[in-house]
Amino acid sequence: MTKMIQPQSVGVVTPQRAEFAQPLALRSGGTLDNYHLVYETYGTLNADRSNAVLVCHALSGSHHVAGTYADAPHNVGWWDNLIGPGKPLDTRRFFVIGVNNLGGCYGSSGPNQMNPATGRLWGADFPFVTVEDWVESHARLADRLGIDSFAAIVGGSLGGMQAMSWALQYPERVRNVAVIAAAPKLTAQNIAFNEVARQAILTDPDFHGGHFYEHGVVPARGLKLARMVGHITYLSDDSMAEKFGRSLRHGRNTYSYDVEFEIESYLRYQGDKFAGYFDANTYLLTTKALDYFDPAFEYGGNLPAALARATADFLVVSFTTDWRFSPARSREIVYALLHNKRKVSYAEIDCPAGHDSFLLDETRYHKLLSAWFDRIEA
Amino acid sequence: MTAYRYDYEVITQWIEPGEKVLDLGCGDGDLLRHLMQVRQVQGYGVENDPDKLLASVKNGVNVIQMDLEKGLIGLEDGFFDHVIMSLSLQAMHNTQGILAEMLRVGREAVVSFPNFGYWRHRQSILNGRMPVSESLPHQWYNTPNVRFFTIADFDALCEMNGIAVRERLAFDEGKLMLEEPNFLASVAVYRLGRSA
Repeated sequence: MTKMIQPQSVGVVTPQRAEFAQPLALRSGGTLDNYHLVYETYGTLNADRSNAVLVCHALSGSHHVAGTYADAPHNVGWWDNLIGPGKPLDTRRFFVIGVNNLGGCYGSSGPNQMNPATGRLWGADFPFVTVEDWVESHARLADRLGIDSFAAIVGGSLGGMQAMSWALQYPERVRNVAVIAAAPKLTAQNIAFNEVARQAILTDPDFHGGHFYEHGVVPARGLKLARMVGHITYLSDDSMAEKFGRSLRHGRNTYSYDVEFEIESYLRYQGDKFAGYFDANTYLLTTKALDYFDPAFEYGGNLPAALARATADFLVVSFTTDWRFSPARSREIVYALLHNKRKVSYAEIDCPAGHDSFLLDETRYHKLLSAWFDRIEA
Repeated sequence: MTAYRYDYEVITQWIEPGEKVLDLGCGDGDLLRHLMQVRQVQGYGVENDPDKLLASVKNGVNVIQMDLEKGLIGLEDGFFDHVIMSLSLQAMHNTQGILAEMLRVGREAVVSFPNFGYWRHRQSILNGRMPVSESLPHQWYNTPNVRFFTIADFDALCEMNGIAVRERLAFDEGKLMLEEPNFLASVAVYRLGRSA
């Protein structure tokens, strides 16, 4: 389909909330007796209910994928450049859904929400959740919305892993999967970065074992450090050099621990900003979900065997400068799918921005996604 | 979309229905699309040029981005029935490497290339100019080709590397040339296997 119109925003959107009373058994052994999910939808579900696309979010993402809010016009969805009328994921054809994962901090059941059993905020008592648990909970949301099978499920980074997990847990419920800037599992180095971030939070005196809400504080220093170390892994050496280099704020060395280099200023700013809105418990839970993700584990580490269940058509995309989840990690997924004779295409996008490239509207990248979505039958 | 390529017809004849096929340098995916339609192959293309990769995705074929100069790392031994390289071998540096790789991951390889020994090309050289023809359409200063070789050269290379030539068809602008192909043919299409 040719995009005959100028790409537009989906406009003002309103989050919705779905309550679930059926207990959800979690991989960790725990159970959520009841829970709720907040989500947003864009476009219209067609009469056949065949045009639904689920967008899975990454570590710090949310259900607010596209559009803006009436009361917060500057709060633009995190993948707004991809989704809307005339955009690569065209809401004139597709019914697009974004959901906040369980354990998140944007309104779905999670540490900063009320625990119905105690009437207090969950805090650290919220159970460990895994990628598989998220898929399970989202499948129930799909049931609720009357969606038997998704035209596509897409995601970047952790969201890409979730999209892949869908193809393994519910192969009959997803026809196309896009796994972007992801990996089949984390490496020791990936886990190491997550652990540094967690330790920053866990050792912050304001963390109070995860029950900081009751103390009227947030472990802002820990969250800030977590975000700073995370942010380093999202950018590339080149993009940092290009953006900041060794630029000095005062044009000379001041021999102090205040901000001297511009990169210091940037990381502190990003850290402070993040600490102002993100939940520390959610950060802990989500990094653990990342660490645990390893669909090949129960197949003795044999990824091709693990992916044998998948029947969807795949698009795998990596970015040349992404060292958090490098192209080689994406290729592992491609080869495993190829082994199973699955339909798969793979692109390695030349983009300087590192892991964060998947959020940018880089021309080749978006043209590719556009072509891929266009060939999906809705 | 692209001009009719008569080597496609030969290649198609060599592919059995339902085969697993890998097309190296698949371009816009037209050959794969054709093979999917008439031979119901499980086809995968390999392409490293982003624009061509995009064209393949638009064409509805599986395409995997890979730099062929680095070989076919990650692909399993003997996985494919046929590994095809249509009019691309002359544009690669690692000639021997890719031929070995094609016969590692494929039961048979299918290779087509422009014959530098074609009489019109020889005539051009005799006249002191590099050949420009239907099969070698570029000028010397903008050609993507990096290897210039003849049918006889390729036969010798196969011999040297223990590659069995199972079939060879040579054409002069679409017409099959049975006599003196190294002189009379502008393009050759080979079906190759591993020597027993």
